Amino acid sequence: MKRITCAALIGALALAACGKNGAGSAPSAPQKGGEEEKLLAALIDAQPGDIIELPAGRLNFDRSLSLTIDGVTIRGKGLGETILSFKGQVAGAEGLLVNANDFTIEDLAIEDTKGDALKVNGGKNIVIRRVRTEWTGGPKTSNGAYGLYPVQCDNVLLESNVAIGASDAGIYVGQSNNVIVRNNRAEKNVAGIEVENTTNADVYDNVATDNTGGILVFNMPNLKHPGRGARVYQNEVIANNRKNFGHKGTPVASIPAGAGVVVNSNDDVEIFDNDIEDNRTANVIIASVYSTDISREGMTADFDAYPEGIYVHDNRMSGGGKNPDGLDLTALKVAMFGPTGALPDVLWDGYVDAAKEVDGKTPDDKRICVDNGDAETLNADGPNKFKSPTIITDAVKCALAPLPAVTLKNGLGE
Amino acid sequence: MCVRRLRRPGMTIVLLAAALLAACSRAGETPQFHGDGWPENLSDWRLMKVEKGALVLSDGVRPYDLATPLFSDYALKLRTVTLPEGDAATYDETEAFNFPVGTIVSKTFYYPQAGAEWTGDVSYKDASLKGPTAIDGEMALDGLRLIETRLLVRRDNGWVAIPYLWDGDQKDARLARTGEIVKLTLHRPDGRAEPFNYLVPNQNQCAGCHGTNMNKRAISPIGLRARHLNKPSRFQPQVNQLADWSASGILKGAPIDSTAPRNAIWMDASASVEARARSYLDINCSHCHSNTGPADTSGLDLRPAIAFGPGAGLCKTPVAAGAGTGARAYDIVPRHPERSIFVYRMMTNEPGEMMPELGRAVSHEEGVRLIAEWIREMEGNCG
Repeated sequence: MKRITCAALIGALALAACGKNGAGSAPSAPQKGGEEEKLLAALIDAQPGDIIELPAGRLNFDRSLSLTIDGVTIRGKGLGETILSFKGQVAGAEGLLVNANDFTIEDLAIEDTKGDALKVNGGKNIVIRRVRTEWTGGPKTSNGAYGLYPVQCDNVLLESNVAIGASDAGIYVGQSNNVIVRNNRAEKNVAGIEVENTTNADVYDNVATDNTGGILVFNMPNLKHPGRGARVYQNEVIANNRKNFGHKGTPVASIPAGAGVVVNSNDDVEIFDNDIEDNRTANVIIASVYSTDISREGMTADFDAYPEGIYVHDNRMSGGGKNPDGLDLTALKVAMFGPTGALPDVLWDGYVDAAKEVDGKTPDDKRICVDNGDAETLNADGPNKFKSPTIITDAVKCALAPLPAVTLKNGLGE
Repeated sequence: MCVRRLRRPGMTIVLLAAALLAACSRAGETPQFHGDGWPENLSDWRLMKVEKGALVLSDGVRPYDLATPLFSDYALKLRTVTLPEGDAATYDETEAFNFPVGTIVSKTFYYPQAGAEWTGDVSYKDASLKGPTAIDGEMALDGLRLIETRLLVRRDNGWVAIPYLWDGDQKDARLARTGEIVKLTLHRPDGRAEPFNYLVPNQNQCAGCHGTNMNKRAISPIGLRARHLNKPSRFQPQVNQLADWSASGILKGAPIDSTAPRNAIWMDASASVEARARSYLDINCSHCHSNTGPADTSGLDLRPAIAFGPGAGLCKTPVAAGAGTGARAYDIVPRHPERSIFVYRMMTNEPGEMMPELGRAVSHEEGVRLIAEWIREMEGNCG
């Protein structure tokens, strides 16, 4: 049975400006009995099946919200109309932290949280749609890390969202399984869209522009859920050339500005039918964690650090590699292609797992394959500190089996 | 039912009886268990009452303390456990003991008040976090300010957490399911005054720490584990707290010798720095940072059973720390606390960066010092 709770009253919103915080100052602390208190109470009293409806307007919070009940929907009037503002946040790491299954959130915005805007931890059947996360002061290192952050979730749909200004990733799916990320827009984040340590993800029809890196598929060590299996297709990954404003020490801090689609230590990734343009380091980067600052002391022995089974085909790529970020790659570009030249569309750092080779060759299904018209592929020779970079376009012209489509279960997204 | 055991075996029968009667009728109250709903007042539970300037515990309300307590902005805590009469908890070696339906656990947060009138100014005298507590079932309240009492109540289908906020007149505490921010100023022993936002968590946030198993999605007590309770009792001199519970009949199955796990007391100079540091990290972190807790997404596991290595922070790259890295590369860099993310996250007070994520607003400088000392003594490097 569905219960509909109106967590705010229009009248209360009108009164907010002359509340007890004093005349003139923009109130950021929720008042007793005010609209924010009502939402806090609605989240605590929620029953499975509830739909919490929020009106248009701005709700101000000074501490994080949390939800632990299954089967709840939170719905606003639109991502430009219903705004949960955490500008005055003094306590709690997130805007909204959800530990629940069968959760849907749609048609609202979460602004200016101290940490992550929306974190869903360990939920099954999660739908996040038409939600905007934004830091309204523009991209800054002091902004929260993630906009939308489902982690350790199963059966997840993120669609038609907007993520702006995150100091790590605008849309980030971590350690999850069976995920669709579609029709979203990510701009002015360090990483626009990131899928990390996740199995079975379809990332399609998104726009990633003006981030440091557009779409990332990563695998990190020391996590119990290793990732594999991602399809990245029909996206627009355009001009992601924003200077990296991430926090030193985080995985994204190593992304060079001008990275279009980046695969790091992940397996079975198919990148196809995208428009990938004008990313100044390279339109596609395929790398291992050994190219980052991750300590080998800090990795468990069973971590597979090598990208394997990467299939890049039928993308429309142009304008990339003209001004790589970082001295090493700039020197490499000038040396190989001249000062007005450009790095090829596909840049591979060159780390290969010799232990998996059979008769001196990587097994077919673990190869990196680029079958993309006249797009060239460069082996940057990272293991030898870029001493002998080589164009390997012919060597990587091969095909891999296309990956199966992700099907959401339990009627999600229908 | 009288909580206290006889301490003077040489007395005559009459005097014994008198002592018994005096102790048992001290509060005259019997706790009231509520199996459902959210009673509006703490007094509805009849666990304790304020009488003649003291907080008086009712019969059967047993105070206890922990070897190394959780840091909560230097708040002192009066912890009690109340079991249904005649019933007992079942011992567990690593997890919270199994308590019977009807158990009420309470934790009252209070501060020494700085100044004669209540102005929101609080202080702490020393780093030990050991303050006045309910000896003989009573705690004198002069100079103290009661802030909140949190209940963990064992009902039919599991534990529920219920927050209560003490009134301005300090007579009773009221239900506060949506939590509260209480603006206080902390006065440190060296004279520094630090305004801070003391957070009373809302009822959903209780699970943020007490939901120690994300697969089971139930909440449970954290401190009521063998290794935190295995210490000399502060309430029965010369008696081990676990042994006292067993002898009182409220705990069954505890080992009768000293083989129960025991965490070091963090300020005990006779224990190794490593034991003290691991004990400190256990009580402050491992309810989230375990293989099942809310931070199992981080890959950082700070349970004491985990051998020290990358999984416990050594040279570990952060996964989702965001601003919490403090621009540092690894969780722990041997010999270099100033390069270790652990130390940064313990020092900072910024929401979204600090650790724990919820539960403190000021930094535990003495705890930071302990962890820094531990890191400074380490060998090896992160390469």
